[in-house]
Amino acid sequence: MSSQSGIFNSSIGRKIAMALSALFLIIFLIQHFTINVTSTFSPETFNSWSHFMGTNPLVQFVLQPVLLFGVTLHFVLGFILTARNRGARDVKYVRYNGNAHSSWMSRNMIWSGLFILFFLGFHFYDFWIPEINYKYIERLPADETRYYHEVQEMFHNPVRVVIYVLSFIFLSLHLLHGFQSSFQSMGARNPKYFPAIEKFGKLYSILIPAGFIFIALFHYINSL
Amino acid sequence: MDLTLKVWRQPNGSTKGKMEDYQVSGIDGDMSFLEMMDILNEQLIEKGEDPVAFDHDCREGICGMCSMQINGEPHGPEKATTTCQLHMRKFKNGDTIYIEPFRANGFPVVKDLAVDRSSFDRIIQAGGYISVNTSGNTLDGNAIPVEKKNADMAFNAATCIGCGACVAACPNASAMLFTSAKVSQLALLPQGRVEASKRVQNMVHQMDLEGFGNCSNVGACAEECPKEISLENIARMNREYLSASISSE
Repeated sequence: MSSQSGIFNSSIGRKIAMALSALFLIIFLIQHFTINVTSTFSPETFNSWSHFMGTNPLVQFVLQPVLLFGVTLHFVLGFILTARNRGARDVKYVRYNGNAHSSWMSRNMIWSGLFILFFLGFHFYDFWIPEINYKYIERLPADETRYYHEVQEMFHNPVRVVIYVLSFIFLSLHLLHGFQSSFQSMGARNPKYFPAIEKFGKLYSILIPAGFIFIALFHYINSL
Repeated sequence: MDLTLKVWRQPNGSTKGKMEDYQVSGIDGDMSFLEMMDILNEQLIEKGEDPVAFDHDCREGICGMCSMQINGEPHGPEKATTTCQLHMRKFKNGDTIYIEPFRANGFPVVKDLAVDRSSFDRIIQAGGYISVNTSGNTLDGNAIPVEKKNADMAFNAATCIGCGACVAACPNASAMLFTSAKVSQLALLPQGRVEASKRVQNMVHQMDLEGFGNCSNVGACAEECPKEISLENIARMNREYLSASISSE
């Protein structure tokens, strides 16, 4: 019997690809947060780390494309999995009591994910495009001190702050299921250590987005 | 106890179905859900109407034949219970109960509440066995030492009765809990290791062919399983599959 047509064509293979890209993004988020949070207590450190990230060729031409690939793979797989899953039950239940057996977050990953995707589009428009324009189109001279002022200016706008806060609430909801789910997909679950992964996952899912919200609010309040 | 039942009626797999309302009265709290359905069918037969088709066999919670989505949950509101073991005392006088078939493309409706779960049989046929030489020199299975922890986990996985509640509960109609229980019950024992790699690949391949959805670790399957098969089995199957895919030639 022909048993398989490639690991990533199977349901488990797609789960594993989803989990790997999720774990990569979880690690990236820690790095992103660590740099951003320095803007609340040391503008010099924030400027110097941002300048390093924005000009280092390894970060710019290796890590950044890997990150773009990871993000794209994660949401494209998310769409594919959701479409296939919706198609696995053509006739829907008249009554389906989802809350009896599962969390809202776990059943609505596509909606929290779509909100995060919308935010990423906004974040790219807001940050990445001006950055590319500054460095590669207008070719303005490198200025190691500009980053902190740019952040201050951005968070002066309350609409932007509201979008950021809402997005990180959705990110928290997404992570509350996604963190432990990525470990489960990789097969990392046993009664001894999985409760610790779940606890750490909950902490991470609340603290990291809360930290990003704090940064946005900090700069907004400071700008008043 | 007087109840209003909203029951899915569908003459056959190729005709569209719909919910029909029925009234049943004089239901005793000590009756099982299936006995309540028997009373409904007696009423229907007396009126010359077509009785509601539903699957059942042992009526003692061990065969896996009874199904039914009751008020939005497979096998009804009680945990670790099959429909045949669900008692009417779990409902109140005047309640309205929604009764639907287990819904998934992998479980096509045969009639009313009866669905075709032979997709599970085909998943088992794809690898849910061990090859044993029965030429007269068969080894006694008990002669092979098995660690107690593994024996217990294999036994727990083997308590899966293949009812399909996992598929019915899953928002993705995924059959991962069933397949993983059948993979685990053999993968955990020395006799099952010989064919472990091919087994997991063939069973997952068949599961995908049957049109079940992908697992997104929602966990509804384990919550609704009448035999409380745990999510650790799915994690074990993921590990087995990953390792088999990497090591296969």
